[in-house]
Amino acid sequence: MKKKALSLLLACAMTFSLAACGNSGGDTQAPAESTEADSDAEAGGDAETPAAGDGSVFKIGGIGPTTGGASAYGIAVQRGMEIAVEEINAAGGIGGVQIELNFQDDEHDPEKSVNAYNTLKDWGMQVLVGSVTSNPCIAVAEQSYNDNMFQLTPSGTAVKCVQYDNAFRMCFSDPNQGLESAKYIGENGLATKVAVIYDSSDPYSVGIYEAFRAEAANQNIEIVSDAAFTADNKTDFSTAVQGAKNAGAELLYMPFYYTEASLVLAECSKQSYAPLFFGVDGMDGILSVENFDASLAEDLMYMAPFVANSDDEMVKSFVGKYQEKYGEIPNQFAADAYDCVYVVKAAMEEAGVTADMDASAICDAMKTAMTAITFDGITGKGISWEASGEPNKAPLIVQIKGGEGVAL
Amino acid sequence: MKVKALNKNTKNNLITYGMVILAYVVMEILMKAGMVSSLLQGLLVPLCTYVILAVSLNLVVGISGELSLGHAGFMCVGAFASAFFSNYTKEALTVSGLRFFLAILIGAAAAALFGFLIGIPVLRLRGDYLAIVTLAFGEIIKNVINVIFLGHDSKGFHISFKDAFSMNMEPDGEVLINGPQGITGTPHDSSFLIGIILILITLFIVINMVNSRTGRAIMAIRDNRIAAESVGIHITKYKLLAFTVSASLAGVAGVLYAHNLSTLAAQPKNFGYNMSIMILVFVVLGGIGNIRGSIIAAVVLTLLPELLRGLNDYRMLMYAIVLIATMIFTSSPGGQAFRERYSLKALLGQKKQKKEAE
Repeated sequence: MKKKALSLLLACAMTFSLAACGNSGGDTQAPAESTEADSDAEAGGDAETPAAGDGSVFKIGGIGPTTGGASAYGIAVQRGMEIAVEEINAAGGIGGVQIELNFQDDEHDPEKSVNAYNTLKDWGMQVLVGSVTSNPCIAVAEQSYNDNMFQLTPSGTAVKCVQYDNAFRMCFSDPNQGLESAKYIGENGLATKVAVIYDSSDPYSVGIYEAFRAEAANQNIEIVSDAAFTADNKTDFSTAVQGAKNAGAELLYMPFYYTEASLVLAECSKQSYAPLFFGVDGMDGILSVENFDASLAEDLMYMAPFVANSDDEMVKSFVGKYQEKYGEIPNQFAADAYDCVYVVKAAMEEAGVTADMDASAICDAMKTAMTAITFDGITGKGISWEASGEPNKAPLIVQIKGGEGVAL
Repeated sequence: MKVKALNKNTKNNLITYGMVILAYVVMEILMKAGMVSSLLQGLLVPLCTYVILAVSLNLVVGISGELSLGHAGFMCVGAFASAFFSNYTKEALTVSGLRFFLAILIGAAAAALFGFLIGIPVLRLRGDYLAIVTLAFGEIIKNVINVIFLGHDSKGFHISFKDAFSMNMEPDGEVLINGPQGITGTPHDSSFLIGIILILITLFIVINMVNSRTGRAIMAIRDNRIAAESVGIHITKYKLLAFTVSASLAGVAGVLYAHNLSTLAAQPKNFGYNMSIMILVFVVLGGIGNIRGSIIAAVVLTLLPELLRGLNDYRMLMYAIVLIATMIFTSSPGGQAFRERYSLKALLGQKKQKKEAE
């Protein structure tokens, strides 16, 4: 009897999962067929051209990690995009055409990211916003370049993310952040002796540090100590802080994310070492770390593309909506993603594309339009783009004063 | 009796080869007819990679009977060695076929070397101890690769284990292996055809090895070490042979992996113990020692998470449930009894009986 019940249960589970397979298979099949029909007509079936939309909606695809270790970033991007799409659709869409958003998970893995990209292509994506993380983004950029698909990454900071002419980014690149922070420190005479702690297993952190180091020489900044940690070993910073202290550094440069930074700050306070602290955009969110004494972060400076408590009307409205919907304060990833969707809208309007054009034609039109538009968003005002894909926006330095980030 | 057994074996192997070739032909026809989604087209090379990995691990786990958890480490060595070679010779060697052929040889050789070196101390251990030590070696390989910085300029090669500056390169220099950022810009040389050819070569090596004198010696060691030793089988030699061949084939899979994506970084996701266990799951699910089963399991388990994309956030949860259910269905006593009762043969038999009764 027991056996029978068990086998029945198993049978149910299998049937359910098979049914699920069937469903999703069906979803992807329909657009795929139209894809093939198109390409057959044009190029004998060998070259895959992304499907042309049926003309009723613009199909925007998003890729990012919504599961796994980097899911915090992917989910933030997904939510930021959802809010932007809802707003645009409520306001009548792009030139009267609604937007449809499809966000696919890539688990922060280049291989899965390419799979997600292909899934979106089958769905009929016309414009891609993604990938969220750098390495997957580089892998996807290779594919999107082959397909001539317009790509705008909210947060792929590595240089090679936008190496092709179809790819643009919303955020600062890694070298750009390192360069700007070295310039800021040098020009404002904050310090001449600097210690650096960085995450050697994270391309983001290493990329910023390398550029910082290169620029430091020009700014008369001496790097007196550098200490690396890795993703596997990021809880004990006593040696790193001790090294900086012994070297007599006046400023501690921290190009990594806020979770580790909170530990570094706590360690510095334990060793009663009080240099100036300078971080990068990953520092955004430090005040929300649980069990962290916010007073330790007092006077901490960091580069931020986005300040959630800003007085700006657009920021206020976005933060309000985000909080209402998801019950938390949006971070820079969500803000970048939100702006991305509006940039796509602006570029589409500039280029005058219509929803029945195929992805390649849209890409050609938007590539030129991107360099022509000037964009005011929540991560900066008057942003324009180079043909290389890099944004021109003024870096914003934020300092924590009285438990709040204040723009300097 | 002996002849019959041999025939059965040959027939079995021919089915395995035939299955792979048939899969290739069917996919090619479907692609020519334009009936394959781009998702599936993009998955073809990864599928080949995982099939090779599963078959090669089956050599160690199934045939040699050693539980190895460091297979992703060898894949990692093969991937990095070959991607480094391809990137370095990208300009000099423009014939992609020849370059890729050399890259495969280099990847296989590098992984074999590591397999051999690691095998010497590791194969002195047995059972759980061996599993733990191979796990550790896999992680060591991944972490060592993450601190290697290697560049090339007019003065030759520069290497550093600290950061890219310590290499003191000339301005014209190019960083080839950039520590945790790995290698970017590897030429896209992998293709489905090459993947299938590599699977066939892998099958040829593994199946012939199993059915040879060497294979019988390896299996004898697996079944009874003391008895095997007493009849004069050189234990270390045969175990090391199986381990090295398996590592080298994993290296080939790594080459295929590295030349399918333009970015290669040794992250826990692709070369950590998660991947090693993933490959082990292919082998266990397909049946330990069953080569054809490994192929099928690798294909099914790689396709499954992609086909479940329609479930959004519940995708990985469903994947886990399907995995558990399949394991119970195929391997638990209850599942086996259920299969026997409701198998196709039994159902057909019942129908016949019913008809006869009528």
